[in-house]
Amino acid sequence: MSQRPADWTQGDWTNEVKVIRYQACGACGKLQYFHRNFCAVCGATELAEKTASGEGTVYATSLVARAATPETRAHVPYNIVLVDIAEGFRMMAHGDRDLVIGDRVSARFVPFAGRVVPYFEKLR
Amino acid sequence: MSFITGVGLTSYGKHEGSSSLDLMSQAAALALADAGLKRADIDGILCGYSTVSPHIMLATVFAEHFGIRPSYAHAVQVGGATGLAMTMLAHHLVDAGVARHVLVVGGENRLTGQSRDASILALAQVGHPDYEVPFGPTIPAYYGLVASRYMHEYGVTEQDLAEFAVLMRAHALTHPGAQFHDPITVADVMASKPVALPLKLLDCCPVSDGGAAFLVSRESTGEARVRIRGCAQAHTHQHVTAAPALSELGAEIAIAKAKAAAGVAISDVRYAAVYDSFTITLAMLLEDLGLAKRGEAAARVRSGYFGRDGEVPLNTHGGLLSYGHCGVGGAMAHLVETHLQMTGRAGNRQVKDATIALLHGDGGVLSSHVSMFLERAR
Repeated sequence: MSQRPADWTQGDWTNEVKVIRYQACGACGKLQYFHRNFCAVCGATELAEKTASGEGTVYATSLVARAATPETRAHVPYNIVLVDIAEGFRMMAHGDRDLVIGDRVSARFVPFAGRVVPYFEKLR
Repeated sequence: MSFITGVGLTSYGKHEGSSSLDLMSQAAALALADAGLKRADIDGILCGYSTVSPHIMLATVFAEHFGIRPSYAHAVQVGGATGLAMTMLAHHLVDAGVARHVLVVGGENRLTGQSRDASILALAQVGHPDYEVPFGPTIPAYYGLVASRYMHEYGVTEQDLAEFAVLMRAHALTHPGAQFHDPITVADVMASKPVALPLKLLDCCPVSDGGAAFLVSRESTGEARVRIRGCAQAHTHQHVTAAPALSELGAEIAIAKAKAAAGVAISDVRYAAVYDSFTITLAMLLEDLGLAKRGEAAARVRSGYFGRDGEVPLNTHGGLLSYGHCGVGGAMAHLVETHLQMTGRAGNRQVKDATIALLHGDGGVLSSHVSMFLERAR
């Protein structure tokens, strides 16, 4: 069950637009990554759609060796990461296998199981 | 006031040919017999869910199948916390006079009723459909993420986590109903197949068939008087991406409220039944609950603190990690074992003193928490 607003037209990587987007509340200033048509903190509906730089810091990692579908099994092992994005929100993504917590990273987009998903590599 | 008046538990593992309703019925019949009650005495039913046989009205499906016409019935869904959440609700229902005897039941043929892939896939859907599930995560991966961060912040090692798997297996060896009966070592855990690093196969609970049930009643029905002394919940998020900092998770919130409700301190606890879907789950929850200091739970395992003869025996049936995990019934086995310990019926597993027990359940990715204190009343 998708939780995005039904009238959400701008798009991000979840519907094949290669950007990472987030929402900033016009009333309380809080940011949210999971898109909704209201602010989950204060309920206001004046939300600004913003595009993230794609840079951040690794918060957590897990290298998946056991996948559950033929499509994802073709990619094992793949590294799932949580990244704290520079603008001030956290997101899940894929990343290089050797990433460790605290690494500064930058996003690109790669194919995975029939879609295109954000993939983080170490900033050099 | 409410009492746990009867408990029932099947063996966990393979029950070839048994449906979810069969396993629920077996456990319910055992619980009724244990309480000395008849079907007609039951006026409330709470049940969990079955991923193998989903139904929008499982409680009435079960009630009709089992032969009960309750005045109160519905299902509850809070992932791994469902068993204790149902117990908490049953406590409030009987305390408020809504029902006299509430049957709490869970059971599922999760191992033989569907493929392992199907189970893994069904459970992974607790992730965010748009922003998490596209990455091919699994429940072990969600907990693997949490594990990597917890190890980073508190200096916990993979060998530390392995200690919990070894302890749960050692406990399971003494329970004939447990899914696993081969002893394991830290080296075995370390050498087991990677699943979602840092978690390896033996850091993860199995998929099982099984059923568990108990009765929560306004008055005790026998000499064994096990009272629900106080309980509380906390729900901070659903998805791991939206989880608060490790120091702000729901277990700490729930236990603080439960302690206040029960008027009990952690130093009063003589037996612990703590959710252990993965070794990291158990390590974190023990420390969140205050049963060990931060980063020190593994040292307490090594010193025997959580063993059958230790200061606070923990999951003496083997927990989810080694007794098994059949979904909702999984963590209900913790309560059944606690009841047996509190009433002196745990046989060769009996601990010396289980007068006050702490139970804790976790659903989702440390999303939903229920803490509960039981006491043996005189």
